[in-house]
Amino acid sequence: MKAVVTVMPKPAILDPAGVAAGRAMEHLGLKGVRSVRIGKSIEIEVDGADEKQLHEICHDLLSNPVVEDYKLEILS
Amino acid sequence: MPSVMKVAVIQFPGSNCDTDCQAALASFDGVKAEIVWHKETSLAGYDAIVLPGGFSYGDYLRCGSIARFSPIMGAVRAAADAGVLVIGICNGFQILCEAGLLPGTLMRNKGLLFRCESLHLRVENNDSPFTSAMTKGEVLEIPIAHGEGSFVADAETLKQLNANNQILVRYCDAKGNVSPEANPNGSLENIAGICSHGRNVFGLMPHPERVCDPLLGGTDGRGIFQSMIEAVQKTKAK
Repeated sequence: MKAVVTVMPKPAILDPAGVAAGRAMEHLGLKGVRSVRIGKSIEIEVDGADEKQLHEICHDLLSNPVVEDYKLEILS
Repeated sequence: MPSVMKVAVIQFPGSNCDTDCQAALASFDGVKAEIVWHKETSLAGYDAIVLPGGFSYGDYLRCGSIARFSPIMGAVRAAADAGVLVIGICNGFQILCEAGLLPGTLMRNKGLLFRCESLHLRVENNDSPFTSAMTKGEVLEIPIAHGEGSFVADAETLKQLNANNQILVRYCDAKGNVSPEANPNGSLENIAGICSHGRNVFGLMPHPERVCDPLLGGTDGRGIFQSMIEAVQKTKAK
């Protein structure tokens, strides 16, 4: 099974790295930067896992539900 | 002097304040501090547990997120549930939050910088086994050294922390004023350390173990360990 997990800071959470990257974009001449959020993309290849198990891993290990949301996509 | 207290200092791969914590604790009369490797599964016989600072498992993924699954953490959780004192310092605080033994979490410092400096903390209340040897409002000078120390919790959790007097120390200036200028990392309400609802689990970002000897520039960290020792003695006297 191949899966991709995307972990993003929750909308209400300040993402200082995203803010800094946004400022750098403005310095490079990009106008009208409204928001930049930095998350993680995690690619997984695993034999014999089921989707429920992967959701548990996403919830318990790959994201911190206090401040992050995750999206699990099964590719194959 | 008979041993009054036996403390376990948990060592994870990447811990780097473990021997500092051990030395600080051993400087108190009657305290025996032992390093316990994270692959152990029992903490029977220990009166208190220290999760020291460092970069457990390289802090990959998130700070503390892998350490919370270490074999020893089952015993830490069981001890915490049984009322044993557990203190997490810096990375130890992050691990306690990831493990759900303390609410909220620690995020990247607001200014993005790794802050390594001595600063001031105000003791917000002394009704805890970690602050009872100090006075409410006392100002301590204790160093910090972290890149991810910005305390974050949802509004309801923050309300509960305040209502239950679980916020034990806040960042302040030398006079004890809790102000945005005295906040080194963007922590909500200048929070530097909180305890659990049961008050026997305490996490803080500053490093009290680094100021337990005049040779190292200060002794303001001793009050926290002194409080723990007195709390254990009181329990044993019962």
